[in-house]
Amino acid sequence: MKILVGYKRVVDYNVRIQVKPDGSGVVTDGVKLSANPFDDIALEEALRLREKGVAEEVIVVGIGPANLTAHLRNGLAMGANRAIHVTTEDAVQPLTAARVFLKLIEKEQPGLVILGKQAIDDDANQTGQMLAALWDRPQATFAGKVEIADGKATVTREVDAGLEVIEADLPAVITTDLRLNEPRFIKLPDIMKAKSKPIDVIEFGSLGVEAHDHLKTTHYAAPAKRSKGVMVKDAAELVAALKQKGLL
Amino acid sequence: MSKILVIAEHLGGKLNSSTARAVSAAAAIKGDAIDVLVLSDAPDAIAAEAAKIEGVSRVLTVAKPENAHPLAAVLAPQIAKAADGYSHVFAPSTTFGKDIAPRVAALLGVAQVSDVMSVEAAHTFNRPIYAGNAIITVEADANHTVVATIRTASWSAAASGANTAPVEALTIDVPLPTHTRFVELNQGSSDRPDLQSAAKVVSGGRGVGSKENFDIIYKFADKIGAAVGASRAAVDAGYCPNEMQVGQTGKIIAPELYMAIGISGAIQHLTGIKDAGTIVAINKDGEAPIFEVADFGLVGDLFKIIPELEAALG
Ligand SMILES: Cc1cc2nc3c(=O)[nH]c(=O)nc-3n(C[C@H](O)[C@H](O)[C@H](O)COP(=O)(O)OP(=O)(O)OC[C@H]3O[C@@H](n4cnc5c(N)ncnc54)[C@H](O)[C@@H]3O)c2cc1C
Ligand SMILES: Cc1cc2nc3c(=O)[nH]c(=O)nc-3n(C[C@H](O)[C@H](O)[C@H](O)COP(=O)(O)OP(=O)(O)OC[C@H]3O[C@@H](n4cnc5c(N)ncnc54)[C@H](O)[C@@H]3O)c2cc1C
Repeated sequence: MKILVGYKRVVDYNVRIQVKPDGSGVVTDGVKLSANPFDDIALEEALRLREKGVAEEVIVVGIGPANLTAHLRNGLAMGANRAIHVTTEDAVQPLTAARVFLKLIEKEQPGLVILGKQAIDDDANQTGQMLAALWDRPQATFAGKVEIADGKATVTREVDAGLEVIEADLPAVITTDLRLNEPRFIKLPDIMKAKSKPIDVIEFGSLGVEAHDHLKTTHYAAPAKRSKGVMVKDAAELVAALKQKGLL
Repeated sequence: MSKILVIAEHLGGKLNSSTARAVSAAAAIKGDAIDVLVLSDAPDAIAAEAAKIEGVSRVLTVAKPENAHPLAAVLAPQIAKAADGYSHVFAPSTTFGKDIAPRVAALLGVAQVSDVMSVEAAHTFNRPIYAGNAIITVEADANHTVVATIRTASWSAAASGANTAPVEALTIDVPLPTHTRFVELNQGSSDRPDLQSAAKVVSGGRGVGSKENFDIIYKFADKIGAAVGASRAAVDAGYCPNEMQVGQTGKIIAPELYMAIGISGAIQHLTGIKDAGTIVAINKDGEAPIFEVADFGLVGDLFKIIPELEAALG
């Protein structure tokens, strides 16, 4: 079985994003970029399934500009067998990303597609669900535990009410939550080895995907700031202050 | 003009308050009609609750044994069919809505607006990106159905009681897949208030130190009638279950009082509490970033301070 993994590059989670004063966007020049943390978890899960003998091949997929190559090499260094780079200089909205993944699925026929539950830049939390709909296959979102056996996935999902277990026939789409696993670190020799692993480059335009974006972002604003309050000296003062506000 | 379909969230035969919050967002569009759609194996009691929500025009029910559990693959084709004739489809931005709405959007061939914080106009919305570090204004194409999830912490629940909206049963004939099956739901049983709608929340972080120590948080929360939350670090360390996580990748909440105890205040955590009324921080490190956003800060050891708080409460 092949596993296709979404491997998106995003602004590193430690970066404090600043909105440009003119509201035209956020400052991304020179900021550190990293793999979406949920995608590192997706890749780790795929690698573990390969190590268990459940899968033979793990393919990382990136949709983005020409300079995405170094990022995809990290995915290869972590252990993916090969990468597919769909090149586009334009921002890709989730529905378009899902349509691209569907094209790749038609070609690669994977048994499993693992994506992050959300990318931490746009926080859309959509691509996996959209892909599953277009593909007409099961979705198991917010996965905290995955077991594959007998042509089906048993997935424990982190939902608001607790932990939900569902069963999905393969092929299926899984999206990862943070507690699914702890991704391995990339070792130096693996970076060398990754250099010889193949990256398929596919021009976005050649896929015949309609990139009609229904959503236009017209303005960016900084969030309303909370102002720093007061420090109280002890428990009694805190209780008095909260009582005065009618909170206790 | 706008006609809005709101997808009801429910569990165990009870309507979730996230539904009334989504109705508030729908009301902000000032359209012609707000209909609530209840998909269930036994929708009647849930529909009766939804019919009381202020602003609701009609409640539509789809009763099928397959709808006993909220499986996106099963519900989405029914919602997509029911959406015919509506300008907007809204779902709460809870794990229920986040799972289902994008699947509906893709079936309709439209984009989705995630986490609507405020409505500027029928097709113009504000939503957070980058863990809430930027708020964008998005314009959806007016020629297509708008599918959106509603950030529940940004909207108060529409009032309930006075309304008596009519309830109508819908017959929806679409093939339903059997490739996805519900197995079980393991719910943390608790008599405490629900984290997402509680007026007061007490959260513990890594500073609490262990699962056993977390009892001090539960005890204090019970004393003041609060729900209990946690940081990701506390959940990852196994101090408490996942459904208690507050933050970018956990629950986004807006209680009147939020008390962060032994939590440093990482940006991903703060995203979850930005809309809280009053934030209290208790931390032994006076430099902890949580104090930057706290209305009241108290530096000290939580194991000493919590008993003192309890004593001061009497
Ligand atoms: C230079 C630049 C400019 C941008 N400008 C805008 C803008 O003006 N307006 C706007 O709305 N957005 C903009 N974006 C963001 C981009 O459009 C978002 O990536 C897109 O909306 C998808 O949202 P998401 O990644 O949050 O989706 P989610 O649904 O949160 O993603 C979930 C998962 O899907 C997979 N996935 C999604 N996209 C990719 C991808 N490209 N490659 C590989 N896997 C993927 C990953 O596994 C990911 O974890 C910009 C991005 C860049 C880099
Ligand atoms: C993609 C991504 C998503 C994330 N999503 C979330 C999320 O949704 N929610 C979330 O919370 N985090 C999230 N995080 C993690 C976040 O970055 C922090 O690691 C986490 O919030 C830290 O939790 P903490 O404050 O409990 O622990 P720490 O940062 O370790 O802080 C513990 C605090 O306890 C204090 N302390 C210790 N002992 C005592 C004592 N005896 N008395 C008083 N104070 C004491 C310390 O001074 C310290 O400030 C996410 C991270 C990533 C990368």
